[in-house]
Amino acid sequence: MHTIAHHLTDPILTAYAAGTLPEAFNLVVATHLSLCDECRSQLAAHEAVGGAVLEDAGEAVMSEDALDACFARIASSPDAPIRVGHNHHAKRKGGLFPEPLRDYVGGDLDAVNWRPAGLGVRQAILSTSKNASVRLLYIPAGAEVPDHGHNGTEMTLVLKGAFRDEFARFGAGDIEICDPNVEHTPVAEPGEDCICLAATDAPLKFSGLLPKIAQPFLRI
Amino acid sequence: MAVASKAPRRSGEDDLQWTALLLRVRDHQDREAFARLFRHFAPRVKAFLMKSGASPSLAEDCAQDVMATVWQKAHLFDPGRASVATWVFTIARNRRIDLLRKDRRAEPEDLPWGPEPEPDQAEVMELAQDTERLRVALQQLPEKQRLLVERAYFGDLSHSEIATETGLPLGTIKSRIRLALERLRHEMK
Ligand SMILES: [Zn+2]
Repeated sequence: MHTIAHHLTDPILTAYAAGTLPEAFNLVVATHLSLCDECRSQLAAHEAVGGAVLEDAGEAVMSEDALDACFARIASSPDAPIRVGHNHHAKRKGGLFPEPLRDYVGGDLDAVNWRPAGLGVRQAILSTSKNASVRLLYIPAGAEVPDHGHNGTEMTLVLKGAFRDEFARFGAGDIEICDPNVEHTPVAEPGEDCICLAATDAPLKFSGLLPKIAQPFLRI
Repeated sequence: MAVASKAPRRSGEDDLQWTALLLRVRDHQDREAFARLFRHFAPRVKAFLMKSGASPSLAEDCAQDVMATVWQKAHLFDPGRASVATWVFTIARNRRIDLLRKDRRAEPEDLPWGPEPEPDQAEVMELAQDTERLRVALQQLPEKQRLLVERAYFGDLSHSEIATETGLPLGTIKSRIRLALERLRHEMK
């Protein structure tokens, strides 16, 4: 696989470690982490900060029978502690989507329910809580995603192919995080169609006339 | 409010002691070892959840739940990749997400476990020392900055409000975990 050049940022990893990212961003982050040991280890460091915060959070007195009550919960739970020596997981075999994305799509690439999004681009909006949205984008080789700025943060993860914009080239596994008010025009590289997973916490605003009219119907 | 002030600073050896106790829970279902973990961590989880906005009774209930999960999921604890405090934090965080937000949380694909996932003692000790250094660095941040870090972890800040630079020494822990991941992946080949 292509060496990942563009990674998650520290504030995003802090927010993921703290559990405060919107669901749509969680999905993009978890998908990138599944592909990237560099960010996975950086996340572990951010979680260690959480451990330190917990250690120093102070102590709130537990009720007197709390330990007994906890043992009672353990005893009444169906999950007895099991020492698992071998922890085999169904690995993606030749599939494109890492497990967290497959869970949302309900399968791999062939299970995606694509809809036309204009100019040859196709999209599939994945269902998440409403404070942010996430969609898969299919951009034909050489095609352009309409020029757009954002009101919020946009996070785009390349799953297949590559795109370029004014800032850099993004290949498989790379993630681009755009702050509010960045205008950019991603263009899929010629030769291979590009598939991305993109999340935003604000509705995209297209600056071209036609896409702007289409926007309410596309729900993006 | 029943939240006491900061615990006195301890050495990295305490982290190793918690790790040893959790491994006894994992390998022998040792109730006495669990009781000691409970006495240390349950009041901290409760305080953490209260600072995250939970009422005392809800925080008490959830703290018991979190500790029950510690017992039940002890087999998933990898002392080469996290201290007990870090691991308990991730369980408490997930409980808080279930509780306050009702969102689904996507998790990264599980790492394949090798047939011998046990890290060697030196690695566990070094991780404990790094973790302790991180904790000391957090305590020594300027007050304003430390409060911002804490608020981020209590769930008080949105991702756009979180500062880029905290000045915390994350690099050593990252490198150590990176090596542990490489070893895990290598063993799977
Ligand atoms: Zn990365």
